Amino acid sequence: MNVEGQQANPAKSGLEGIKTLAISVSSSRLFWTGLALFIILLVDLMISPNFFEIRLVNDRLVGSIVNILDNSAPYALLAIGMTLVIATKGIDLSVGAVMAICAAVAVTLIKQYEAGATEFYYQPGFVILITIGVGAICGLWNGILIAFLNLQPIIATLILMVAGRGVAQLITNGQSPTFTNDTLAFIGRGVVWGVPFPIYIAFVVLIFVTLLVRRTALGLLIESVGVNDRASYYAGIQANAIKVFVYVLSGVCAAIAGMIVAGEVKSADPHKAGLFSELDAILAVVIGGTSLLGGRFYLFLSVMGVLIIQSMLAGLYVSTLHPTTNLVVKAVVVLAVLLLQSPEFRRFISQPFGKLSRRRR
Amino acid sequence: MTTNPQQMTPLLEVKGLTKTFPSTVALSEVDFTLLAGDVHVLVGENGAGKSTLIKLITGVHRKDAGTILLEGKEIDPRSPRHAQELGISTVYQEVNLIPTLSVAENIFLGRQPLRWGMINMRAVERQAKQLLKDFNVDIDVTRNLSSYSVAIQQIVAIVRGVSLSAKVLILDEPTSSLDHHEVEMLFSVIRSLQARGIGIILITHFLDQVYAIATRITVLRNGKKIGEHLVSELPRVQLITEMLGKELTKDSDEQDENAISKHANSETFLKVNGFARKGTIEPFDLEIRRGEIVGLAGLLGSGRTEVAHLIFGVEQNDKGEAYVNGKPVNIKSPRQAIRHGFALCPEDRKIEGIIGDLSVRENIILALQAKMGWFNYLSRQKQNEFANQMIKALSIATPNAEKPVKELSGGNQQKVILARWLIANPDFLILDEPTRGIDVGAHAEIIQIIKRLANEGKAMLIISSELAEVVEYSDRVMILRDRKKVRELEGNDINENTIMKAIATD
Ligand SMILES: Nc1ncnc2c1ncn2[C@@H]1O[C@H](COP(=O)(O)OP(=O)(O)OP(=O)(O)O)[C@@H](O)[C@H]1O
Ligand SMILES: [Mg+2]
Repeated sequence: MNVEGQQANPAKSGLEGIKTLAISVSSSRLFWTGLALFIILLVDLMISPNFFEIRLVNDRLVGSIVNILDNSAPYALLAIGMTLVIATKGIDLSVGAVMAICAAVAVTLIKQYEAGATEFYYQPGFVILITIGVGAICGLWNGILIAFLNLQPIIATLILMVAGRGVAQLITNGQSPTFTNDTLAFIGRGVVWGVPFPIYIAFVVLIFVTLLVRRTALGLLIESVGVNDRASYYAGIQANAIKVFVYVLSGVCAAIAGMIVAGEVKSADPHKAGLFSELDAILAVVIGGTSLLGGRFYLFLSVMGVLIIQSMLAGLYVSTLHPTTNLVVKAVVVLAVLLLQSPEFRRFISQPFGKLSRRRR
Repeated sequence: MTTNPQQMTPLLEVKGLTKTFPSTVALSEVDFTLLAGDVHVLVGENGAGKSTLIKLITGVHRKDAGTILLEGKEIDPRSPRHAQELGISTVYQEVNLIPTLSVAENIFLGRQPLRWGMINMRAVERQAKQLLKDFNVDIDVTRNLSSYSVAIQQIVAIVRGVSLSAKVLILDEPTSSLDHHEVEMLFSVIRSLQARGIGIILITHFLDQVYAIATRITVLRNGKKIGEHLVSELPRVQLITEMLGKELTKDSDEQDENAISKHANSETFLKVNGFARKGTIEPFDLEIRRGEIVGLAGLLGSGRTEVAHLIFGVEQNDKGEAYVNGKPVNIKSPRQAIRHGFALCPEDRKIEGIIGDLSVRENIILALQAKMGWFNYLSRQKQNEFANQMIKALSIATPNAEKPVKELSGGNQQKVILARWLIANPDFLILDEPTRGIDVGAHAEIIQIIKRLANEGKAMLIISSELAEVVEYSDRVMILRDRKKVRELEGNDINENTIMKAIATD
């Protein structure tokens, strides 16, 4: 009815075209998140001039960048699951505990195999599948509490967060069992073409989940439920099924992350495995621009958020700062990254400049 | 044309007000003058910029250019709270109070009288009661706000507003969900405020109401001011022409006298026997044939929306049975209803309708996509086709299909929800207040669409508070009173008088 004359004038001079392009780029999330990562890597380089050096040692690439990617892998997995959960206006505090449970399950089963058990379900391949299944069950539990019993996500997953480590201890009898099996260890410390195996896992899961949600209607339906679950229900969306799905996926991601951590150290520590990692995962998702209020989600940017956190930690390790300052520095950097991304904050700090330039004209 | 404002300084004066959103000029160089004791009505099509003008005056949005003068002094409201401190109170399109607090608490929220640092609840309640009594509204102020009708809630919002020593009171479509009595109640409140010398700005799409209460009218179109008139000097036809920029095309096809016989031999789509839910609605029967329009009339709170919810499976019946195409069905959720070819455009578009952050395109294809399943994703090209087709068919005012639906004007959001269901191609449509908040031009269009859908053989159940509208399109009218079906009218019995009578008396 009254749209005429509201579109931007298409006949633009080239210069103005570039200007609009610059504006649309600078208002995109990818740009600001990428800029944050770039700056942090630059600071890392200033702290340690050979930060980007990569060498080949015993057929394995070695260097800070490789370490960052390797360390990021389990967090990236958690962040992928967490992104979808948060997109439905939920949260999953239990992922760290689920990592511990799954590590315990995998290591306990594999020890039976090492002790000579011949049943098929002790075969390493099956152990991996069973572990993933356990992660899925943990997610199912969360999902049912939230979708069908209407518990608030933060409470529902808090239950498993607290109880999960107890369950893990029960599974390992309170011990931290160690193992030697190469297959399970490979998940955490294997190397393919010089690159640590966890990096491949995280990458493949990222691509797989992205395709799963963006090439099907799932992404749209997840966002819809996150923005307004009542209206979604009226539109015929199975809001409950969507919610259960995202928690199950989050549980599966946590299970894989748990196996990576167990494989790395060839043991399962029910107390420490995945401790506080739910917080880093949530942080990464927020840095990536997915709102805790649900709705639009950005899987790639969440993983970029993980890389930002890990690059910063890597810089701290090589720096001469005393380790006791680490947490404070981390908090400050995260705050800076979030401010950089906030349009309100950018407008606020650019206002004096804006006024100046307007006056000049 | 423009009337000469009196010699005294106007209460509120706005000059050259301009607001641009990315890709939309919502308001351009609008002048507006409000005198003390005036009821100044803003009219215009959906998306004309009425709400935007209000939001600039009340500091919800910041203006790009222009000046706002209150009693001759320039002001620059930074937030609704700031505007309120300056003396400009607003009741927005959607009531913005807290439903779980009591009426008294809502009125005094954030400024309760204290006694020794504690909230003096007794004083709060006494003062709240007095404030409401001043407007001849006598209710129990200790009860939760949500236990009262929307009309009372509106009045509570107004009382809250004016008790903050307001000089200007702004009401954005306060009457769109009220019935006749409630509108009268609201108007008497407005008149007594007018007598106190408060300036009132009112937005409404109901022309009858414009002529009942306005002293002055300003017409907006496409973000521009078209004219300002004393109501006594502006005939209705001219008002509509100014709003639309053209004359309203009278729909030519007259009401079909033989409506009943036309459908007499078309097959029954939905049949409901003794449907009931305890505490919600008494047992009722209903039968709707293909191509037939059944109107559902009754006062607010008479159970109209509940009937719709029961049929659509939002709530479950505890008595009675339903048949679709002659086969018994047991519908337990909207999803199952949709599977049987049902659709429901809900009454409360903000909570039950739109998905605010998603785009117009995504909102339009949502129900269809939900029906098709998770893995059968509509191609982007198809989505664009559907969205653009509907934007055109319903003349939804949006620069493109990718705009987040929450940034559309209220009436255009309503059209998006209608579009969502039209795309899903249902056999049976339930429309709960489909024309609420919709401008006169679009109003006529929507009624055309309703008739066309019926002609295409769709069964329709339409809830509306506008009796003229119900009379115009209904083949039959079901009337509810106090959560009970009291009458069903057919054929020549359908006119505003009989409906009114059935609604009001036994
Ligand atoms: N926050 C926003 N962001 C972008 N565009 C907006 C925003 N708010 C309003 N608009 C646009 O500004 C125009 C005017 O909207 P406005 O809400 O003022 O219309 P209105 O006259 O109140 O219509 P209605 O009768 O439907 O309520 C519309 O085209 C709308 O899409
Ligand atoms: Mg409006």
